Amino acid sequence: MNEVNEQIAIDHGLKKDEYKKICDLLKRTPNITELGIFSAMWNEHCSYKSSRKHLKKLHTKGDQVIQGPGENAGVVDIEDDDAIVFKIESHNHPSFIEPYQGAATGVGGIMRDVFTMGARPIANLNSIHFGSIDHEKTRNLLRGVVKGIGGYGNCIGVPTIAGQTCFDESYNGNILVNAMTLGLVNKNKIFYSKAAGINKPVIYVGSKTGRDGIHGASMASAIFDDKIEEKKPTVQVGDPFTEKLLLEACLELMAGKSIISIQDMGAAGLTSSSIEMASKGDLGVEIDLTKVPCREENMTPYEIMLSESQERMLIVLEAGKEDEAKKIFDKWNLDFAIIGKTTSSKNIELFFENKKVAEIPIDFLAENAPMYDRKWIKAKLPKENNFSKDDFKSLKLSDCLNKILTDPNIADKEWIWKQYDHTVMGDTIQKPGGNAGVVRVHGTNKAIAAAVDSSANYCHAHPLTGGKQVVCESWRNMISVGAKPIAITNCLNFGNPEKEKNMGEFVECVDGITEASKYLNYPVVSGNVSFYNETKDKGIKPTPSIGGIGLLSDYKQMVTMELKNNGNYLLVIGKTEGHLDQSIFAKNILSNHDGPPPEINLFNEKQNGMIILNLKNNNLIETCHDVSLGGILTAVAKMSIKGNKGVKLFPIEGLINKYKYFFGEDQGRYIIEIKPENLVNIEKILKDDSIHFDKLGIVESDQITYGNDLKIPIDDIKEGYKKWLKEYMVN
Amino acid sequence: MKSSVIIFPGSNCDRDMDVALKKFGFKNQMVWHNDAEIPKSDMIVLPGGFSYGDYLRCGSIAGKSRIIKSVINFANSGGLVLGICNGFQILTETGLLPGILQQNKYLNFICTNVFVKIKNKENKFFNRINKEVLELHIAHNEGNYFCSNDELKLIEDNGQIAVTYCDEKGNDDEYNNPNGAIKNIAGIFNKDKNILGMMPHPERMIDPFLSGEDGSLFFENLVGSL
Repeated sequence: MNEVNEQIAIDHGLKKDEYKKICDLLKRTPNITELGIFSAMWNEHCSYKSSRKHLKKLHTKGDQVIQGPGENAGVVDIEDDDAIVFKIESHNHPSFIEPYQGAATGVGGIMRDVFTMGARPIANLNSIHFGSIDHEKTRNLLRGVVKGIGGYGNCIGVPTIAGQTCFDESYNGNILVNAMTLGLVNKNKIFYSKAAGINKPVIYVGSKTGRDGIHGASMASAIFDDKIEEKKPTVQVGDPFTEKLLLEACLELMAGKSIISIQDMGAAGLTSSSIEMASKGDLGVEIDLTKVPCREENMTPYEIMLSESQERMLIVLEAGKEDEAKKIFDKWNLDFAIIGKTTSSKNIELFFENKKVAEIPIDFLAENAPMYDRKWIKAKLPKENNFSKDDFKSLKLSDCLNKILTDPNIADKEWIWKQYDHTVMGDTIQKPGGNAGVVRVHGTNKAIAAAVDSSANYCHAHPLTGGKQVVCESWRNMISVGAKPIAITNCLNFGNPEKEKNMGEFVECVDGITEASKYLNYPVVSGNVSFYNETKDKGIKPTPSIGGIGLLSDYKQMVTMELKNNGNYLLVIGKTEGHLDQSIFAKNILSNHDGPPPEINLFNEKQNGMIILNLKNNNLIETCHDVSLGGILTAVAKMSIKGNKGVKLFPIEGLINKYKYFFGEDQGRYIIEIKPENLVNIEKILKDDSIHFDKLGIVESDQITYGNDLKIPIDDIKEGYKKWLKEYMVN
Repeated sequence: MKSSVIIFPGSNCDRDMDVALKKFGFKNQMVWHNDAEIPKSDMIVLPGGFSYGDYLRCGSIAGKSRIIKSVINFANSGGLVLGICNGFQILTETGLLPGILQQNKYLNFICTNVFVKIKNKENKFFNRINKEVLELHIAHNEGNYFCSNDELKLIEDNGQIAVTYCDEKGNDDEYNNPNGAIKNIAGIFNKDKNILGMMPHPERMIDPFLSGEDGSLFFENLVGSL
């Protein structure tokens, strides 16, 4: 068992030259425990070896940023000593193998990342991507993932306030489950993972360690093959009840002054948590594995170090505070064990049954981890389609609208979010199904908006533009509810980085994200990378998920998207050129999947967003909805359905084809509802700032009409839009 | 008016209930499940959540916890006891209320606004509410109320049905039953009407910016009746 050779290293997911590097660094052959530790720390998931070089480019700074990437989660200032801790993380591989537990532990993991920093979680979000609706696994995966997300979040009592669900055949073999959590913390009471001081007790708290999840992080760093079902035992099993106790116990301990540093045991469990704390503090750490609470018999040092059992934390305490801390964990019925201490050696030293079983310099595991400058190729901008009148000849606006509203990627997702407790904690003022979820900052007039976005089709067609677009869409979601955009977290889901095309997609999406977030002062403060979303040589479309947050200084000023009053006007802010390439319309109606994504003009994006906030601050906006997938008519239909009010659309100005106008997915646009008495004033404000706008229509009756071309009752479109997913799931 | 909210490990609506009670004038205190005594109170509330992880059966372990003896004594001496959601489940587990709460008919957790019809106003929970139908909010996986025919007859004869699921107009028929509960029952009393268990959460409906405001009517009435 203890004999290590190259083949065993390869079985651990290490490459030949990586194994050689380990032997060279140690100047000896590692034993099996040490090899396990190296493989856990050097895999893609923990070391970011393919992505690190490019992630350095991300825009991560801003006055609002208290903590950028590199900690358990990012932290931003929301004034008055309040701060928001937030992060998004993937749990893709385990969720495909075991959807309920995979998704549940994804939610549990991200919540721990947030409360580890001293914040009470106040909202959960998620972005989930599934294969084609015709694929045999899709229904069960969707059902399991939704149950898992709900099962965990509902039990903890944190509302799930927004999310996103997409279907595309590129996810047939690799679904995506990205979970995001926001927590609230006093900015003077944030806890970090950096250890400090020598001979400080290292404490293990939470659940006992079992054999579940061993090598989970390595599994998440590999592509799938036919034997994927065999990996089921590497999926962790969650216990939200224990996590709820752990949350309360940690926050109770954090109210005192005994914690030096704290880190949750997530991917690669005790290995990565202990090494990260020591590495950040430039210290060594000594652990007696005999003292680790185990729930199974005869666990070996190797298993204890690599277990990914959930709901566990590692804490470095001030010496002498052990009893005080133990009392709190006893009260909450959680395990508490002093398992080691910090040292000056700068090594990790492990003991088991009075014998030293491993010793590795921390540097070898952290700073010396491999970093690759992988080859990549730049994507070409695809040639534009040239749709002619003939392409639209046999179409009818009402048929197109109905078809688009029942497209799996547009249709209402209430079946999903009704299964999530979205109102617990009593501060949810905008529920799922709007532009963004909004929760009040408890006991204040402030509120936080949050949303998750991705646009895999755009990123697939042109990664650089796609990367920019996702950030802009997130920014628009914040603006649409009247919030000032603050910062983002990104979950970068890609295929196999060892393939130049996939690596290129990653590099260019990151470049796009960086360019947009810099221009919009919408910095990235946390995130993670998930590579190897590939099965049998088929990878997913590049899918960066962007989780954005925004601040409303007065929650009563929040804007919603349902139409309010008959007689009000609708305006489109932003110019409509009629870009149909890569649109839902092109795919669903014209069966065309070619062409470039809509162009991003960051100058207009910013101008248009700022003017919306300006109008809102002057109480000139009744309703706002950003125009995204499906274009103007889809947006109007959703606003109508939500508000149960019809719209008479005015004749389109200019020569643009009506299908292009109503379904084009040009960027940087919003639809606003305004009172007629404010029209003149608003027109003046828009003209003074050279903002392009169209007068779109007037709110009236119970149908959407456009001259003689369209006359469709709201009840008719509502039926299909609301029912699609429910019916899909019962069939 | 003094109230006590019991916190069990896994309770998660305890803070929401505390906020609501205080908003409407209660002097509320939080009581830990492992305490032996409940401080002097006019009303005890068992909040929603997942007490003890809902292991074994929802509410069953909480129903045996240390504090429960005091709750039972308080209730038996005529004190007002309110159990919401998991609190309702706990009350049925202790035997203070008849029947059980099973998994929802369609096997999914449901979080949504519902209408409930007030079936009995001769009690301190609903006596001065001058509406027949309230809009409240549910969030549960096991809210499907069930009891034997004999029990059902008894609770109907005694006027123990407190609220039933219905539509906006008060039709409490099978089309307006979110979870399959027998007779659309959303909440019941004990025989003496000093104990109320219900699945809907009034504490989530106390502000026009939340899901609605009918919960306010419930708490205003409560504080006035005591």
